[in-house]
Amino acid sequence: MNYDSKLADQLKTVPRSGIRDFFELVQGRDDVISLGVGEPDFPTPWNIREAAIKSLEQGMTSYTSNLGMLELRKSISTYVEKFFHVNYQAATEVLVTVGVSEALDLALRALLNPGDEVTYHEPCYVSYSPSVIMAYGKPVPVPVKAERLFSLDPADVAAAITDKTRVIMLNFPTNPTGGIATEEDLKGIAELAIKHDLIVISDEIYSELRYAEGEHVSIATLPGMRERTILLHGFSKAFSMTGFRLGYACAPAPLIEAMMKIHQYAMLCAPITSQIAAIEALENGEEAMLSMKAEYKRRRDFVVNRLNEMGIPCHSPGGAFYVFPDISQFGMTSMEFAMKLLEQEDVAAVPGTAFGECGEGFLRCCYATSFEELQVAMQRIEAFIKRL
Amino acid sequence: MSQDALLDLIRNEARLSHADIAARLGISEEAAAARLAALEADGVIMGYQAVVNQEEVLDENVSALIEVKVTPEKGGGFDKMARRIAKFDQVSTCYLMSGGYDLMVVVTGKNLREVAGFVSAKLSSMEGVLSTATHFRLKTYKESGFTYVGDSDSGRLSVSP
Repeated sequence: MNYDSKLADQLKTVPRSGIRDFFELVQGRDDVISLGVGEPDFPTPWNIREAAIKSLEQGMTSYTSNLGMLELRKSISTYVEKFFHVNYQAATEVLVTVGVSEALDLALRALLNPGDEVTYHEPCYVSYSPSVIMAYGKPVPVPVKAERLFSLDPADVAAAITDKTRVIMLNFPTNPTGGIATEEDLKGIAELAIKHDLIVISDEIYSELRYAEGEHVSIATLPGMRERTILLHGFSKAFSMTGFRLGYACAPAPLIEAMMKIHQYAMLCAPITSQIAAIEALENGEEAMLSMKAEYKRRRDFVVNRLNEMGIPCHSPGGAFYVFPDISQFGMTSMEFAMKLLEQEDVAAVPGTAFGECGEGFLRCCYATSFEELQVAMQRIEAFIKRL
Repeated sequence: MSQDALLDLIRNEARLSHADIAARLGISEEAAAARLAALEADGVIMGYQAVVNQEEVLDENVSALIEVKVTPEKGGGFDKMARRIAKFDQVSTCYLMSGGYDLMVVVTGKNLREVAGFVSAKLSSMEGVLSTATHFRLKTYKESGFTYVGDSDSGRLSVSP
């Protein structure tokens, strides 16, 4: 059968994931030190795992409310108020999802009409452009630059806005660059959103993992923004719970209601075991989270120092657990560099182009791996570039 | 960098080289060596030991946790008795406790008879020791922070978004 003719046209316009290609290359090799992951190396803190086990022992294996367990939504509401300083009603303004990825998809599908434009920064998380396309929207990426520490310049956003623009999508701290947003830039972006009557989808999954001076600022806290922001957050990164697949959206009730309409038919609800684990994470997970964060910071400092020392320019990222060094001086594309590094030194790092065309000349190296491995990886990278 | 940061590191990984410590704490190798030497000289770090998986060791060492009740002495309280007991080579750990007994003493020996012999011949017969209760260790699940059944090697994918 010609399956190509059976598949939706829309899907054919979504390119194959660059990450997936690279993954298959790495898979075939033993003894690879991987800086290519996008998740923590710590197992989920034991108290959180134990809460999940206990709930299974007690036979808590049913569906929950479509929105998520009320107890969890209350915990989320309390946590979000304390951490982000913005208040959402647990009953109507919080939706528990299967990871932030689902929440992002729901938000786009709830907001976009065919042909609507979504402006966001690139390099960015791999799902942004495909998710917009699959929601029948048009992705309009705005490149961010190393010179500006990969923050988003409001002037660039302004230049990208057209009469078709409907949504601005943000992710600070950013996967893959570790870039953070300054409050000033956020204010500029907020002004544009208000001026053009746009909704902002703000994916703040890495917000706890901020190492730069000052507190993380959510755009939802800026004047006039709560009513037009969908704040997305989850448990994967800060609490090391990627496999639990749990995220949430906070937004005004009509927006949550619209997202819920899709969620209830597509997903019904997030898994109850994960929801119970998440309650434990919010109630009793802070200490473990802070100790993981301290370790990430230690590793970040080490990796940034080593890369710069060996002559690979690398800014010190303000958040997340990635560094995004500039390898353009070696006269290879990101893909060529990553392939050769893998073949010759068994170190896997993801080509910057997996996160958008403007990632050319960069590599994403994740430092969520043990210190010993990072030390060896840095030695191998140094040996590799010395031969170039 | 606080003294605590260095201690935290060394507590978990005593065998780190000065260069490793320096890299992790973002200080120079010389500073790491100097601080470590100072901690040793001040007796803050008393020694370095390996944590051995008892279940894997072939020699059949046994150890027992002994609750000891003693008569407190004038002036010295429990200190004198505790220090005398702690001096024995057979005693690996000795704590003063709150609650139903006074000292918790961990005794290790080659076999049951050796430990029992030490308790009856040396410990119980000491002047001031009122009573002892001996609990032999049967199996170890966690030792000095190391769980015997730990987390499996992470099933993390080597590349993920």
